[in-house]
Amino acid sequence: MIRLNNVTRYFDGPGERVIALNDVTMSLSSGEMLVVKGPSGCGKSTLLLTAAGMLRPDKGDVLYQEKNNPYTFPPDKRSKLRAELIGFVFQQFHLIPYLTVKENIIIPSLTTSGDDSDTRARELIGKFGLEARIDHVPGQLSTGEKQRTALARALFNRPKVIMADEPTGNLDDDNAHIVLNHLKGYVEEGGSVLLVTHSAMAAEYATRILNMKDGFLIKA
Amino acid sequence: MKIIQLVIREILHRKLNFILSVFAIIIATSSLICSVMLLRVHDLRTSEILQKKEAELKIRMDKLKDDTRKSMLKLGFNLVILPKEQNMADWYSDDYSTKYMPESYADRLADSDIIYIRHILPSLQEKITWPERDRTIILMGTRGEVPNLHLSPKKPMVNPVPGGTIILGYELHTSLNIKVNDKIDLMGKTFTVKNCYQERGTKDDITAWISLKDAQELLKKEGLINAILALKCLCANNSLPVIRKEVAAILPGTRVIEQGSKAIARAEARTQVAEEARLTLEKERQGREIIGSERKRMVSILIPVILLACALWVAFMGFINVRTRREEIGILRTVGVSAKTIFMLFTWKHIFIGVIGGISGVVFSGVLTYIFTASMQWVQTEIFGSVSLILKLAIVSVIGASFLTIAAGWIPSMIASGQDPAEVLREE
Repeated sequence: MIRLNNVTRYFDGPGERVIALNDVTMSLSSGEMLVVKGPSGCGKSTLLLTAAGMLRPDKGDVLYQEKNNPYTFPPDKRSKLRAELIGFVFQQFHLIPYLTVKENIIIPSLTTSGDDSDTRARELIGKFGLEARIDHVPGQLSTGEKQRTALARALFNRPKVIMADEPTGNLDDDNAHIVLNHLKGYVEEGGSVLLVTHSAMAAEYATRILNMKDGFLIKA
Repeated sequence: MKIIQLVIREILHRKLNFILSVFAIIIATSSLICSVMLLRVHDLRTSEILQKKEAELKIRMDKLKDDTRKSMLKLGFNLVILPKEQNMADWYSDDYSTKYMPESYADRLADSDIIYIRHILPSLQEKITWPERDRTIILMGTRGEVPNLHLSPKKPMVNPVPGGTIILGYELHTSLNIKVNDKIDLMGKTFTVKNCYQERGTKDDITAWISLKDAQELLKKEGLINAILALKCLCANNSLPVIRKEVAAILPGTRVIEQGSKAIARAEARTQVAEEARLTLEKERQGREIIGSERKRMVSILIPVILLACALWVAFMGFINVRTRREEIGILRTVGVSAKTIFMLFTWKHIFIGVIGGISGVVFSGVLTYIFTASMQWVQTEIFGSVSLILKLAIVSVIGASFLTIAAGWIPSMIASGQDPAEVLREE
């Protein structure tokens, strides 16, 4: 589904160059939940953003479905490709504060022309148990509800891949399990998940685990 | 979800930012419209003041003209046309001409297209000794005024004396004890006294008026006259040379004498008053024009400054909005919303600001103008009665306000659309 070939990404800091990804090669297949573990600052988020087509690598290639390198596409086409292929879940949820749960879930419809948005949103609201919160704004939700809303938003366009950056980082154990279970269910339906975390809990749901340290990817 | 829905929800969420931007546009629009309105009010007021003054002046001048006309009529004829060969020293001493010209000259003058002369009176006048009464009198034969056929008819200043009748001056009828309807003899011909004049204190008091035909017969001057009296038109002030030239062309062998200095002085005074009034009016007009120009100049400086300040304010609010929505832009870009859509998201917001600010500005300035012109009913009716002017101004203002906000928000919108979502998410 997604392949990274010898990807290197560095950041020029004050006085020194930080290598966030160092000759990383990896792949994510359909029906796989790949968990990349590692301490904070090891390059996990950089790996995720690079794989998602949002952070151009300094060296190496990123390939979608073995053929498309998103970084060769013009920006608008890359955005479109991302909208169709990938859903995102973050530790900070990144919900839009003035939109209701339903409106937040429906946000990816800005990139599509379909008219079944309402049906799809209600389907996801039901799936994530948010019926009672449908007209609530993020400020009125619990952290678990916020993350479920973010997960529903990630799934709105029926993506082939979910990129999750510390999705359980702000959640209690019960809510973390709920979110991970949803991701597991998505994988069982044929989707792929690339989950980066420093928590051990996600490993229980992984089909494959990789460790990351100082920009290097190491098999667990 | 449609982009407009997102724009509206954001506006409702961040009301203060929106209101402050709209407020700036209201100020910009109101300043512009109020300036246009105030300049229009100034023009209308100027027109009103000048019209009023012109009307007052016209009334004054009409009255003055009428007074002068009456005065001049009272003062009598002010032009005398004499045979050219007449010795003027004799004329001044004897009060009548010893040279003669054909009576038909009066008709020729009246039939000509001369416009500076009115009330043409042919006369035959001589100082004689009244043989039956042994008195020196001035005998005046007139046939009445000859009408100028090409000019509008005027009431004659003197009426003709019918044949066989006589009119006597004060001194004559009192000293000789003659009454109206008495039969008297003059140079062997009997006349009926038609009228006896009151004292005038002039040579008229020793004058006897008879018909021209009778005078020509008595003086043996058939078909001749020795003077044509006339009234110079008021419009011909200072135009004696022109009149002389015209009369000479019509009546060769004649000369024109102007008399009656009081009448002339009065006519000149009237003309001078008219000129003074015209200058005062012109001065008023120039004063108003200077004030108008000064106001236009001030507006031409002030309005761009206000528009620029408002545009900067809108841009500043736009920058704040972009900064506040950094995370939101990041997530929208992450889920695949294009940079172009992000740009439109902010541009639509600026269009809303422009339209709402523009409409509010139009309404606000309309209310201000209405209050300002409350004491000037005519001006208010003129301004608010012109639906097309208001509509045009409103449309131009709303479109202009929208363009202003789009232009002011262009850079913030560009910054928003150019934000790197990866950078935002990494920072978050």
